[in-house]
Amino acid sequence: MSVRYTEFHPRWYRPPMSVFWWAGRRSYLIFVLRELSSIFTAWSVVFLLLLVHAVSEGSRQYRQFLNLSSNPWMLTLNVITLAFLVFHAVTWFNLAPQAMVVRLRGNRVPRSAIAGAHYAGWALLSALAAWLILR
Amino acid sequence: MADRIILQVSRYRPERELEPTTQEYEIPLNEEWAVLDGLNHVKDTLDGTLSYRWSCRMGICGSCGMTVNGEPRLTCATFLTDYRPGPIRIEPLHNFPVIRDLVVEIGDFMRKLPQVKPWLIHGEDTAAPQSELLQTPADLDEYKQYSMCINCMLCYSACPIVGLEEDFLGPAAIALAQRYNLDSRDEGADERLDVLSTAAGVWGCTFVGECTKACPKGVDPAGAIQRYKLTAATDSLRSFLMPWRSS
Amino acid sequence: MAKRRAEPLVWLLFSSGGLAAALLLPVLLALFGLVIPAGWVSAPTQAHLLSLVSNPLTRIVLLGLCILALFHWAHRFRYTLYEGLQLKHLSKLIIVGCYGGALVGSALAFYLLLIVL
Repeated sequence: MSVRYTEFHPRWYRPPMSVFWWAGRRSYLIFVLRELSSIFTAWSVVFLLLLVHAVSEGSRQYRQFLNLSSNPWMLTLNVITLAFLVFHAVTWFNLAPQAMVVRLRGNRVPRSAIAGAHYAGWALLSALAAWLILR
Repeated sequence: MADRIILQVSRYRPERELEPTTQEYEIPLNEEWAVLDGLNHVKDTLDGTLSYRWSCRMGICGSCGMTVNGEPRLTCATFLTDYRPGPIRIEPLHNFPVIRDLVVEIGDFMRKLPQVKPWLIHGEDTAAPQSELLQTPADLDEYKQYSMCINCMLCYSACPIVGLEEDFLGPAAIALAQRYNLDSRDEGADERLDVLSTAAGVWGCTFVGECTKACPKGVDPAGAIQRYKLTAATDSLRSFLMPWRSS
Repeated sequence: MAKRRAEPLVWLLFSSGGLAAALLLPVLLALFGLVIPAGWVSAPTQAHLLSLVSNPLTRIVLLGLCILALFHWAHRFRYTLYEGLQLKHLSKLIIVGCYGGALVGSALAFYLLLIVL
């Protein structure tokens, strides 16, 4: 076996990074899933715009939209979408304290408080939206 | 019968092989031994050709970083009994070129670190101090966490972007830049902005967060980077909306 | 090293988009994507939804949400392609595709929410 080696200049071993680097570790896999949630965020916007369009067009189009949304494939897609949206929200709120240092009267606001404030805001806005829509 | 444990150590001898191989050593499983003690036992009594770096053996010099069972660890701070009954896989730190056995080339980091100017910078117009610079405990608190870095490179090993992007400055360099940016005695934030607010700087980071998990000193480089993103972004926004104002 | 002027601002869009999407999208998708189609609550009437969506405040909020969420997707997806599939060499194409797509979506949202309604 001919091996190129010159004394005092050893050949370094540099393996290239595999395309599937993210599959090798649980934490990397969770990271990539978190990043992929953005696709479902984009789909949510499309779905909402379809709803807005249907509502603005009239009762018949709105009923068509409702039928479409209860189609089993659409329902499955939206359940998966919802799961990814919640995953995005939870990871976002849990990471927010790491990115923000908030000081109140000289003391650092604890991480749990910052995350908690986000969750509280989430709960409030969700309740408000649900009430506005379903009343 | 005393307990024994097997170490599966990555060997790479460029003078006679193209790729690393694994060599097994069986060593005593002492309750007090760290993985580093195990490696020293191997080198002292079993195989003197094994090459690896170590120094203080107490978690402050940052020399003994290696990949232990897939995780970047300081071998002086990782105990054999944590992996009982073994075997323990020991490989060189990921994302670095391997020179020999467990020794990696860290020249890349050594070149990137000075780019962020990790020292106190005094403004050109600031007069030389007449006495010592004073700092309150609150001032110290602002940057103390980021000053704990021992340059052990575990964060670089954990970060996938370091492996993917050759130019990426990396977690420790940016955290160290923040250590000086947030120091009340420093006036060099503007100078560092040009280096940090680039694709190879903070904008290459996608907050994977593995660097913070790997850090043995609690530096939280991921947090330092995200905080800097906000600083750089609001600075950009301000100069975009109000270009007449000097930053 | 070239200093990127647009990148920090685009990151701000990504960041606000992430927050907006996290706060508002789950409840909306839960209602219109699951709860209502599954029949767990009776669907609101078209008239009620129309009056709700015609409200100027609702339209502004929804428009903001759509634009921010789309740019959040654009930025995040761009880096997912760079890192996950190692497509950094196609970066110009990816940038046009992602932010261009977000722009098109935003224009559509603008049209549907502010022009048609």
